Amino acid sequence: MSDTIKLHYTVSPDDFTRAGEASGDVKSKLKKMGVSPEAVRKVAIAMYEGEINMVIHADGGDIDVEISEDDITMILADKGPGIADIEKAMQAGWSTAPDNIRSLGFGAGMGLPNMKKYSDDMKIETELGVGTTVTMKVNM
Amino acid sequence: MTVNDIKKLLDAKILCGEEYAEREVHTACGSDMMSDVLAFVKDQSVLLTGLCNPQAVRTAEMMDIVCIVFVRGKMPDESIIELAEEREIVLMSTDMRMFPACGILYENGLRGGVDN
Ligand SMILES: Nc1ncnc2c1ncn2[C@@H]1O[C@H](COP(=O)(O)OP(=O)(O)OP(=O)(O)O)[C@@H](O)[C@H]1O
Ligand SMILES: [Mg+2]
Repeated sequence: MSDTIKLHYTVSPDDFTRAGEASGDVKSKLKKMGVSPEAVRKVAIAMYEGEINMVIHADGGDIDVEISEDDITMILADKGPGIADIEKAMQAGWSTAPDNIRSLGFGAGMGLPNMKKYSDDMKIETELGVGTTVTMKVNM
Repeated sequence: MTVNDIKKLLDAKILCGEEYAEREVHTACGSDMMSDVLAFVKDQSVLLTGLCNPQAVRTAEMMDIVCIVFVRGKMPDESIIELAEEREIVLMSTDMRMFPACGILYENGLRGGVDN
């Protein structure tokens, strides 16, 4: 299997209860493909945190997933407000989420640190008022 | 400890996944913040939470969590139960509060899934 498999998802900002559908779909596809449980879980958690961030901090967005023989790449692109201070945003516990998000179980400021922890490589490109693109790679 | 042991210890009611009641649980995690759960849980865990929304089930799905216990008598709605059924996750509800529920499981040998 040398062909790269490409998956695309549009993440809607309107319905928080559906956030995570894309990550769940990728997880079950990887599992069916026989990818190791550890890699599957790393992808699922990292992508889920990113998907939630797109819903609560940006205005939804697009996720592209590329599965090759060696690794799985996730590209999460949004046209949200951008991140003013990436260094701060990467700190565990730092969050700008309002109380209504906290009552939904998010806003602990742990998402980006988790994404870094579970991916083997992570890159954030962001511009205020333009949007944010997070690229994560998990090795097979 | 099995899912069924947890049900008995917490005097809980199983809402779905009765058929998986004999599954083994090795670690536990209690939190209302899902990113905390996503940071620390290990294999074959039970999640105790007061968060009663679809994201509790989604979080369990991503982490291969075996069972969710809703504390403080929280009752998930039909759509949440359906989501859990599709993913073979046991849902149960107990009237106990978070602290005593965690305490009872700890006392009976269950430990946290923290790895750092
Ligand atoms: N896609 C994004 N667009 C704009 N801002 C973002 C985005 N992702 C993260 N941020 C900013 O970075 C902060 C930290 O993000 P992180 O995911 O670590 O925590 P959180 O989402 O606030 O809480 P948690 O992830 O624990 O639920 C956020 O509070 C927000 O200010
Ligand atoms: Mg987050």
